[in-house]
Amino acid sequence: MSRLFMFEKPLGMRDTLPELHDAKESVRSSIEMEMKRWGFQFIETPALEYYETVGMASAIQDQQLFKLLDQQGHTLVLRPDMTAPIARIAASKLYKEQIPLRLAYSANVYRAQQREGGRPAEFEQIGVECIGDDSVSADGEMIALAISSLKKAGLEPFQLSVGHVGFVNELFLQILGNEERARELTKFLYEKNYVGYREHVHSLPLSSIDSQRLLAFLDLRGGPEVIGKALELVENGKGRDALDELKILWEIIEDFGESSRIKFDLTIVSHMSYYTGILFEVYAGMIGFAIGNGGRYDKLLEKFGKTTGATGFAIRLDRLLESLGDLEPPEPVTCILFSPERRKEAYQMAAEKRENHERIVLQDIRAVRNLDACSDAFANVVFLVGKEGTQ
Amino acid sequence: MNKQLTIAMPKGRIFTEAVELLRNAGFELPPEFDDSRKLIIDVDEEDFRFILAKPMDVATYVEHGVADLGIAGKDVLLEEERDVYELLDLKISSCYLAVAGLPGTKINDVAPKIATKYPNIAAAYFREQGEQVEIIKLNGSIELAPMIGLADRIVDIVSTGRTLKENGLVEYETIAGVTSRLIVNPVSYRIKDERISELIKRLNEVIY
Repeated sequence: MSRLFMFEKPLGMRDTLPELHDAKESVRSSIEMEMKRWGFQFIETPALEYYETVGMASAIQDQQLFKLLDQQGHTLVLRPDMTAPIARIAASKLYKEQIPLRLAYSANVYRAQQREGGRPAEFEQIGVECIGDDSVSADGEMIALAISSLKKAGLEPFQLSVGHVGFVNELFLQILGNEERARELTKFLYEKNYVGYREHVHSLPLSSIDSQRLLAFLDLRGGPEVIGKALELVENGKGRDALDELKILWEIIEDFGESSRIKFDLTIVSHMSYYTGILFEVYAGMIGFAIGNGGRYDKLLEKFGKTTGATGFAIRLDRLLESLGDLEPPEPVTCILFSPERRKEAYQMAAEKRENHERIVLQDIRAVRNLDACSDAFANVVFLVGKEGTQ
Repeated sequence: MNKQLTIAMPKGRIFTEAVELLRNAGFELPPEFDDSRKLIIDVDEEDFRFILAKPMDVATYVEHGVADLGIAGKDVLLEEERDVYELLDLKISSCYLAVAGLPGTKINDVAPKIATKYPNIAAAYFREQGEQVEIIKLNGSIELAPMIGLADRIVDIVSTGRTLKENGLVEYETIAGVTSRLIVNPVSYRIKDERISELIKRLNEVIY
């Protein structure tokens, strides 16, 4: 590796400069406020966790983890998501009373990037987890809260696509007979390779009805009518259960008054094995990447020794900001330029204005080399220079 | 919501066939399409915008969402591994990826070298074979590499096999078949789903 420039940062790491910092803060606080209004409690967890616990339990692939060693030789990871740390806390501490827990976070997570060096490897996620609630109402609440939070952040337009991993698993298992074959086919969905999916289906020794069922599965996208179409594809109880859940979910979102925001897409498989039920992704019109996703992950808490259902979602703050478009202009700052003889007057004026929630910079005029540039940098400039009483 | 569809088209070999396919599917593309040096062509009647990109870059435009859809060779998709939906096999510009070299030669045991435009595909292929090789990335005229002793084998696309033959090379193994694919950005696939489904339906009728 060539010698580093002194201003360089590790690959994928970014500084947040004042204007962006302000914008981030204002978006973050409007979302946090909304989550608090829904009764979610914010928590913090350490940036470093054990690889063997949180690192292994996380949904993020191994090669994307930042790993390091502690002094005892344990492998540590920089947390790649917040769901696994929260599951760790919930299982060990908080979830004692068997009452559903509603937790929230806004935190930086770390994922090493493989391609095109500039992609952020550290980014902020805002999200919630609802632990210990198996009901579809909890899934619906996650979706409604995601919608409500994004509205509060001022995002428009945006849309959610909702799927159900349980349905996919059941349908594939019914038709293909065993887990391994089902997983093989699911992999094509996960890789978004529909051409490969179709070729694979044609290559399997299936009855023409069964191949047709698998091919028709790819078209299960759209409004509530999708559930009816999906029902025609399944035979036994379990796949139906998943569809019943989706039907109830639709009614729940209608009761929240937000059904125009969601569409069904039963082909969504956000992860090979992490999610267990209803799952969703959030899309904004302006950018080509999902800005958030969520779903039910009933198996995760088992890894930490508790058997209970959980669901949640996370929004990527950087992508949300990108889709919000132009940053709002920063709040105006007034600069009081003072000379030593009027220092006290300047301090008093500043104190009064700050009481009024104005942003005030106090600047000794003797330290200013370029007065014009200094004046241009602020919305207002007040000169308290020379004898008292003159301006 | 802006429902205009932006389609990234690959310049060069695939372009003519792709345009023909779209015309067969009933899309009114202006004559300027056939010999235009423009990089962006708007077709207002259909509410389409076409961008003309290097074939290797099509999937990149689509992944970032500046193009909703694109037409890209399977070779590009295998090499680039972009996060896009591969929706349709357009069955045009058919060719295949192959390993080739000088006739009657073996891969050098001491310093095995493979020259290619597709370093990821080549690396993955030889790893699967359990061969440890050094991959040398070239940007064109790959056939030159074995002829002047830069590499023992090349990995490249072969359509008629004429270029190989003319340069005295022979094929050793086939890696994968290649045709052009319709690819879609994951967000566009959801947000502009109606227009995209319509496009797919029309294309589906003229493929095969």
